[in-house]
Amino acid sequence: MAEMNMVQAINLALREELERDPDVVLLGEDVGRDGGVFRLTEGLYEAFGEERVIDTPLSESAIIGVAIGMAAYGLKPVAEIQFLGFTYGAIEQLFSHAARLRSRSRGQLHCPLVVRTPYGGGVKAPELHEESSEAMFCHMPGLKVVVPGSPWYAKALLQASIRTPDPVLFLEPTRLYRLLREDVPAGDLPVELGKARIARPGDSVTVVAWGSMLEKSLRAAAGFDAEVIDLMTLNPFDAETILASVRRTGRLVVVHEAAQTGGFGAEIAATVAEDAILSLKAPIRRVTGCDVIPPLPLLEDYNVPTAKQIAGAIAEVLAF
Amino acid sequence: MSKKIIASFTVSRLEILDEQGRTDAELMPDLTDDDLVRLYELMLLTRQFDQRALHLQREGRLGTYPSVLGQEASQVGSAYALQNSDWLFPAFRELGVFVTLGYPLAEIYQYWNGDERGLLCPEQLNIFPICIAVGTHIPHAVGAAMAARYRGDPIATACYFGDGGTSKGDFHEGLNMAGVFQAPVVFIIQNNQWAISISRNHQTAAETLAQKAIAYGIPGIQVDGNDVLAVYQATREALQRARSGGGPSLIECETYRMADHTTADDAARYRDPEEVQRWQRRDPLLRMRRFLADRGLWDDARQQQLETEIDARLDRAVAREEATPPARARDIFAYTWTEMTPRQKRQLQQLRDLRELDHG
Ligand SMILES: Cc1ncc(C[n+]2csc(CCOP(=O)(O)OP(=O)(O)O)c2C)c(N)n1
Ligand SMILES: [Mg+2]
Repeated sequence: MAEMNMVQAINLALREELERDPDVVLLGEDVGRDGGVFRLTEGLYEAFGEERVIDTPLSESAIIGVAIGMAAYGLKPVAEIQFLGFTYGAIEQLFSHAARLRSRSRGQLHCPLVVRTPYGGGVKAPELHEESSEAMFCHMPGLKVVVPGSPWYAKALLQASIRTPDPVLFLEPTRLYRLLREDVPAGDLPVELGKARIARPGDSVTVVAWGSMLEKSLRAAAGFDAEVIDLMTLNPFDAETILASVRRTGRLVVVHEAAQTGGFGAEIAATVAEDAILSLKAPIRRVTGCDVIPPLPLLEDYNVPTAKQIAGAIAEVLAF
Repeated sequence: MSKKIIASFTVSRLEILDEQGRTDAELMPDLTDDDLVRLYELMLLTRQFDQRALHLQREGRLGTYPSVLGQEASQVGSAYALQNSDWLFPAFRELGVFVTLGYPLAEIYQYWNGDERGLLCPEQLNIFPICIAVGTHIPHAVGAAMAARYRGDPIATACYFGDGGTSKGDFHEGLNMAGVFQAPVVFIIQNNQWAISISRNHQTAAETLAQKAIAYGIPGIQVDGNDVLAVYQATREALQRARSGGGPSLIECETYRMADHTTADDAARYRDPEEVQRWQRRDPLLRMRRFLADRGLWDDARQQQLETEIDARLDRAVAREEATPPARARDIFAYTWTEMTPRQKRQLQQLRDLRELDHG
C-alpha cells in the first residue's frame, strides 16, 4: 500500500480502469501530452496511447457532447473539464442530453459518462477557477453528483463512478489535491454511490460536509462530541444516514463552500426538518460561502468557511 | 446534370516588414515617423512590463501571469488602429493592447495580483473586463457593434481571442450572427500557435484560421503577426470598413507564444525547443528596430535611454500598486446586485465578527 495525495489517487484510479476495461477512454483539454493542467492524467497518454487518452480542441460543449455519443455507443468515457466554471458552456449537453438520454429513450439508451472537474477555491487563480456551484447540478435529475473528501475515497468513488451506468459529475476539491496524504491500496475499493459515511463518530451534534469542507469540518469537530458525515454522493443523496444520526444527536450543522442561498445545505436542512424535526434540540445551522461571485485571489479566503467558523456553529447549537 | 464549381475562394496573407527590417514601399501604411517610433516604443513597453511581471511573479509579488512575449506586434499594431470611441473586447492575454490604449500600468499589475479593482476601467477608455472563459466574449462584441449601429454611433468593436478560442461554439455563433447582421465588428485572432499544450494543427484541421471567415460570408485575412506594420494596416482597413457600414472582418495574426502558457505551466513538457528558437529569429521588436535604425529614427543611445525610462515608469507603477490599501471584505459583496441583500449584510457582519477582519 502506498501513501499518496488525491492527485496520485485519482491518477491511479484512472490507470487501473484503463487497464481493466478497454471501453474506458479519457478525453479533455491538455489531458494527453501535458498530463492535465493539474497533472491528474500524468503518464496515461504514454501508457495507453492517443486513442484512449485524447487531447481535444478547446471546446467543453464538444468534449461532453462527444463523450455522450461515445457513451451511448457503449464506451465509458471519462471527460476532464479544466475547472467547474468551464462546464457552464457545456450545460446544454449535460442537462439536455446526458441527464435525460435514459428517459428520452425510455430506458433503451443510457449514458455511462463521467465528467471530472476540480471545484472550489484553493489555487489562487483568476475568475471562474473557484466555482462551487454543485447545487445547480444536483437540481438536474438523471445526473449523479459525486464529491470525494480524501485520497482513498477519491480513488474508490471515481472507480465506482466509471462503473455506474449513469452520467456522473465528479467534483474534485482543488483545495485538497495536494493537501492530504493517505494510504491508498491498489485494486478495487469498496464504496457505493449514493451512500454517505460517518467520517467521525460522535453523539451530541451531526456535522454534514463534503469535498473541500470535510477536512475543515473534521478539524472543527475535534474539540466536541461531534459526528461528522461525509456525504460523498450529493445526488442521489443518503438521507437515511443523516436522519439516523440527527435522531441520535438532536443537532445539525451543514457545511459547504458554495453560496448559502439555494446551496445543497438547504436540501439537507429541509429533509431533516421534514423527517426528524421532533428530534431537534437546537435550530439547524449552515456554515457556507457568502452569496457572492467567488472573489479573485486577494479576497478569496473571505468567502471560504474556516474551521473556526464551523467550530463556532457547533458550539452555538450545543449551547441549546 | 452536372458537377461544377459554384464558388471558389482565396485566402491572402499580408506582410510588409521582413525580418531584416526591409519594407514593401507599395504596401506601407500611411504613418508618420512619429507613429513608427511610437509603435516601437509601445512594443518595448509591453515587453519590459511583461518581463517585470514574470520577475514579480517569481518573487511572490504577483499571481499566476500569462506572458505576451512574442506577441507584441500583433497586439500593439492592431490596437494602434483603434480610435478612442471604438470598444475593445479582450481575452486575457492582451497586455500589449491595454498598454497601447493607455490603460494604467499599476492597475494591470493589480489585476494579475488577484485584485479585481484592477478591472475598473478608466472613464475615457471603452474596454470590457478581461474574459477568462475562452471565447465566450465573442458574441458580446457582436451585440455591442449592433447596438452602436442602432444608436447611429460611427464606431467599431474589436474582439481579441486566441487560436484556441476559434474552437468554441461561441466563435461560430458570434461570427455567424455578425455576418448575417453585418455588424461593425473586427475579430482579431492572436494565433500564437498554442492553446496551453494543444498546437494549432491539433486545434483545427483547417489550413488557416483566416479562412474560417469565408463560411460566414465575411472578409478574412492572415497577417504576419510579428510584423507590426502589416498588423496595423490590416486592422485599420477592417476597422474603417466596419465604421463605414461595410460589415465585420476577421484578421488572423500569425504569431508565437514565446513563453510558457502562464507561470503555472511548463511548456518543455509538450513543445520542441527548436520551434521556439526558430521563432526567436522572427522577433517583432528586432525587425522594427532595424527598420527604424535604417531610416535614421533609432540608435543604441535612444534604445538605452528608453529602456531606462520605461524601467523607472514600471518602478513607479509597481510601487503604486503595492502601496494600494488592501481591498475590504465589503468589496466581495458590493457588486453582486444593485444593492446588498439583508442576508448579504448578515454574512458580512458574521465575517467581521468571526475573523476580526478590517472594518471596511
Ligand atoms: C472555456 C474555457 N476553457 C478552458 C480554459 C482554460 N484555459 C485557459 S487559457 C487556455 C488556452 C487558450 O488558448 P488560446 O485561445 O489559443 O489563447 P492563448 O492562451 O494562446 O493566448 C485554456 C484551455 C478557459 N479559460 N476557458
Ligand atoms: Mg493560443
